[in-house]
Amino acid sequence: MRILGAIARHPSGRIGAAIIAVYLLAAVLGAFGITPHDPLQQFRIDRLHAPSTTYWMGTDLLGRDATSRLMRGIGQSFVIAFASVAIATAAGTVIGLLAAWWGNLWDGILMRVMDVLLAFPAILLALLIIAIVGPGTFTSVAAIGIVYTPIFARVVRGPALSLKQRDFVDAARTFGSSQTFILTRHLLLNLVAPLTVQVTLALAWALLTEAGLSFLGLGTQPPSPSLGLMLSESRNLMERAPWLMLFPALVIMLGILGFNLTGDALRDILDPRTQGRAA
Amino acid sequence: MNYLTQRLATFPLILLGVSVLVFVSIRLIPGDAITAMLGTEAGLLTPDQRASLAAYFGIDQPIYLQYGRWLVGLFSGDLGISVTYGRPVLAVILERFPLTLELALLSMVIALCVGIPAGVLAATRNEGPADLGIRVLAMLGQSTPSFVVGLVIIFVLSVVFGAVPPMGIFTPIYVNPLVNLSQLIFPAITLGFAFAASVTRISRSAMLDVLSDDYVRTARSKGASARSVIWRHAFPNALIPVVTLSGIEFGYLLGGAVIVEQIFALPGIGRLVLDAISQRDYALVEGCVLFIALNFLIVNLLVDLAYAALDPRIRLGGR
Repeated sequence: MRILGAIARHPSGRIGAAIIAVYLLAAVLGAFGITPHDPLQQFRIDRLHAPSTTYWMGTDLLGRDATSRLMRGIGQSFVIAFASVAIATAAGTVIGLLAAWWGNLWDGILMRVMDVLLAFPAILLALLIIAIVGPGTFTSVAAIGIVYTPIFARVVRGPALSLKQRDFVDAARTFGSSQTFILTRHLLLNLVAPLTVQVTLALAWALLTEAGLSFLGLGTQPPSPSLGLMLSESRNLMERAPWLMLFPALVIMLGILGFNLTGDALRDILDPRTQGRAA
Repeated sequence: MNYLTQRLATFPLILLGVSVLVFVSIRLIPGDAITAMLGTEAGLLTPDQRASLAAYFGIDQPIYLQYGRWLVGLFSGDLGISVTYGRPVLAVILERFPLTLELALLSMVIALCVGIPAGVLAATRNEGPADLGIRVLAMLGQSTPSFVVGLVIIFVLSVVFGAVPPMGIFTPIYVNPLVNLSQLIFPAITLGFAFAASVTRISRSAMLDVLSDDYVRTARSKGASARSVIWRHAFPNALIPVVTLSGIEFGYLLGGAVIVEQIFALPGIGRLVLDAISQRDYALVEGCVLFIALNFLIVNLLVDLAYAALDPRIRLGGR
């Protein structure tokens, strides 16, 4: 709760949090079917209708309402982004903690494996995974999750290594705390601050990667609405129906901006050294 | 152990790991190689024909032997034959690579020319209106996906100016540099947009760090001009993080800008991978992914070497 207050007082954090809140609202409404129209219904006589009071953001080539599709698309993007970042955070944290705790050979092996994953550009690694499993929502989640795991492992390992040397860890060991207790209570709890920042920024990347994959047609499959796919479909219609490009583009950009702003604000708040450094 | 020797020692290890990952993941793709190669005609093969084909391609052997043979082939530049192009994979990749390299270089030039001055300006006007404006722009730039920038550029060009950027047949730079530039400049701006935003942000924060150092205060107090303090005393030290970031971004761009190449219909490495995946040309996918990862690793190694050259503390093993 204290942290939410701090974000609300931070100038860019306030804007970022407001954007995320609006998106969450749109996603929840979309998930419960509270949209202006049915996102899959085709209003054949109103194909490529310009934005109006009936169709707030216009209709597409099949006469489907863009507003409703965007709301559903935001939900889809958020589900994939949150699920994949959850996977990356959990896997990366466990790997980073164990590498730091076990040290020596295990540290070497685990971190070299992470280096191998980092040798692939994010979208390429995701493409490779999709080539193996085939496109779809679950594949996107797994692919994006695996892509960002090494970053979390690195973020956790560094501070965990220095925490391991601290007196309170030695003390806990001498009075017989179990390994699991030390790892979760003493190490993990002290890593919450850097992890929070990383999670927020990773959500921005995950949104970007998801939109990119579905733009290429390798993410969410039609007819499910998806932001990247809507943008990609608008390409051939940009002269006749520019609104079909404008709104998905804005929605994708603002969503990423929201998480980036919040992440920067969190870094300012949680790490006093960088106060005012992040743009 | 010295940082650089350690870095050089792990390099082949990581490369080996990458090759294992690529080899194994391609073989995880459902369906056998013969069906993938012949398509529906594979159904017409008799079991004997199938077995002799398998023996011919070596896929009747245990997987570790297959990997060994593949690895030995790699060292002699043999990445296999692309089914779609009917030519050696390496030749196909090397044909596409100059475009990707040129595009990456152009984008980096754009990013550095815009990002460094903007970042330094923002740092010297800390908290002023110029700083605020630059920070807002950099934040927006970093949050805009390349495909949005690319589509906006195409929209502005075609709808507002009525000019379609020349697409389709790509002209290499040695054939006609002007046509080549006209084809690459807009994709380069597209890629350079977010890149410039990151350079701006990192230059600004690095300059802010350096400007508050004691030696900068000393330089000021002995009467050095503001310009000399910024560019001669502070800037070289602020360059280290900028070099690191640009190197890593450049390494990513060498992997081919899959989406931007797709939007602007450029036949680079990124489109090659995408097409290879959709056409199930596995030898080509394998070769491309390996080639891209190798590029990325080499660029990262060079960045680390440059980093060491710029910062004596790392060179002397103070890590």
